[in-house]
Amino acid sequence: MSEYKVPTMAEMASAGESPEILFWVGCAGSFDDRYKNVTRAFIKILNKVGISFAVLGEEETCTGDPARRAGNEFLFQMQAVANIQTLNGYNVKKVVTACPHCFNTIKNEYPALGGNYEVMHHSSFLQQLINEGKVSLKGGGTFKGKKITYHDSCYLGRANNIYEAPRQVLEAIDAELVEMKRCRTKGFCCGAGGAQMFKDAEKGKKEVNIERTEEALNTGANTIAVACPFCMTMMSDGVKNKEKEAEVKVKDLAELIAESEGL
Amino acid sequence: MEYLQQILFLITLGIASFILYKRIARIRSNIMLGKDIDLNNHKSQRLNNMLLIAFGQKKMFKRPVPAFLHFLIYFGFLVINLEVLEFVIDGLTGHHRIFAPLLGGLYPVLMNIFEFLAVAVLISCVIFLIRRNVIKVKRFHAREMTSWPTLDANLILIIEIVLMLAILTMNASDQLLQLKNDHYPDTGHLFFSSFLIPLFDGMSEGTLVFIERFAWWFHIVGILGFAVYITFSKHLHIFLAFPNTYYGDVTPKGEMRNMDAVTNEVNMMLGIQTEQPAEAPAEIARFGAKDVNDLTWKNVMNAYACTECGRCTSECPANQTGKLLSPRKIMMDTRDRAEEVGKSLAKGGKGLEDGKSLLGDYITKEEINACTSCNACVEACPISINPLEIILEMRRYVAMEESGSPASWNSMFQNIETNFAPWKFAPTDRFKWAEEFKED
Repeated sequence: MSEYKVPTMAEMASAGESPEILFWVGCAGSFDDRYKNVTRAFIKILNKVGISFAVLGEEETCTGDPARRAGNEFLFQMQAVANIQTLNGYNVKKVVTACPHCFNTIKNEYPALGGNYEVMHHSSFLQQLINEGKVSLKGGGTFKGKKITYHDSCYLGRANNIYEAPRQVLEAIDAELVEMKRCRTKGFCCGAGGAQMFKDAEKGKKEVNIERTEEALNTGANTIAVACPFCMTMMSDGVKNKEKEAEVKVKDLAELIAESEGL
Repeated sequence: MEYLQQILFLITLGIASFILYKRIARIRSNIMLGKDIDLNNHKSQRLNNMLLIAFGQKKMFKRPVPAFLHFLIYFGFLVINLEVLEFVIDGLTGHHRIFAPLLGGLYPVLMNIFEFLAVAVLISCVIFLIRRNVIKVKRFHAREMTSWPTLDANLILIIEIVLMLAILTMNASDQLLQLKNDHYPDTGHLFFSSFLIPLFDGMSEGTLVFIERFAWWFHIVGILGFAVYITFSKHLHIFLAFPNTYYGDVTPKGEMRNMDAVTNEVNMMLGIQTEQPAEAPAEIARFGAKDVNDLTWKNVMNAYACTECGRCTSECPANQTGKLLSPRKIMMDTRDRAEEVGKSLAKGGKGLEDGKSLLGDYITKEEINACTSCNACVEACPISINPLEIILEMRRYVAMEESGSPASWNSMFQNIETNFAPWKFAPTDRFKWAEEFKED
């Protein structure tokens, strides 16, 4: 057996237990080959700190975010109401997710439909673990002194005012954080939000992710830290497009922590 | 003859007030074309936002140079209104500088402050003209900045310069008249306008009186005219910025407003009992927004408050990478359409039924589809305008009323419906990522 456990809500419920947190994996975290690694890294961290958690497994479905932003309110609400029934059925109190889109939707949009939970994005959750000393990062670890730039996700930053938590996580791994010119409130979108992930961009002179990747590469950082599956895809594609994938890695905060912890 | 000036002034003031009243009533009814929305919640937060963002110019200072110059004009405008009050009282009563004897030694101090602000406004306006027309700051030159928006911006700056010059001219000739005629109370030495005195030195009293009166009338008629002009112009932000920030969003930027009409239907479809007694579903006029009347009055007020500064567009990732979308154009189009409908209704015309609509005739699908909903435009607006809300409402119309979303979005919808994920993966594969933990 693996040293890492991935309990589901159903298992927990049948054992008469209820976990402290529900880890909402999200569609990208479940299906996207690259982002599955982020899911696994976060599972390792959860196991390491010994927090009581569970996932929904096959019971989880899309929050409806891309449908709503593309204008299909019916589909969004069908998804939302079904998810809320599942969550309320398990009497979920606290949700943690690695996807800013899931985070925003469950936190801000589910309450109007009867879903009220304490919702955290994994960046705030990781920051909290670090502050509480539950994740004690080894000084002089893998990332000591390495240049990392952080790409703000619109749905964390402007949408929900989370700017500092991801940066504090990066500082904790002892990396040298170099900011892009457009950061925090002025952050530049990766190009995938608002359901853009699911269609080709309109005609223009450039793709948004290329513009952003150029900006990230100009910082001279060899790691681009992201905190969103869409940003991950867009920035990785950008790096590939610039043929820099050998020198520059795009990594999620959870992966950086897990790596730094040797998990 | 003695009362001629007073009568003329009363008539001028009356005409200006009447035109202003009509214009404000028209703008109000145009804004009210929008749907009702209750924004009377969070009163203290709203008041706070208005004080910080409109009065305190908080968001302007993200760009310090224009913010500083704009602050001088803004502050000058607020303070010089005190002088306008004196102008109006003088005009109605036939006095000259009625506050002078009342304020005594304070009056010259105030006058010098006004003059300082007048000069600050003048210099700021000149620099703004240079920024627009010589340096050609990029955000002032875009596809939507056609002849009228460009002319409008320049006219405002030029009118403000001319009005400030009128004050200084009046004060200069007035200072000379104070030496010759008791009607002109002593204002003490006025620093800035005294530089103009050599221009008028040696002129006869009659000529000076003419110049002083001309400058006085020019200034007050100019201000009244400017007030009327503003109601046709983007410059309306000087008034609407205040209600606009008060009624601005107090919810997190990422939150899209729930469509309660849809919730009722979804609950019925899923057989969910709601706590509210089942009301007969109200006839829903339209899902999403096709025209101005589908937007809320707040959206339309946003459009009237927009001063076309283009900070939204200059931050928009779609616009920056050459797509057609410009959040500023969304606001300008909304205002233009509201004006068009309002004008038609006032003439007894067809109004909204004129065969045109905001989406289609003004804003294209290509524009709204390019939006990443990143909220950069919302963040950038110095007075809490939200172009994103309008864009998303239009997407709702396209998706739900027209089924006209891009094909790849339709397949995404289908994937969510059948596989519960936006990608075409089997729902039973959703938990496969955990297999490596289970297998060891």
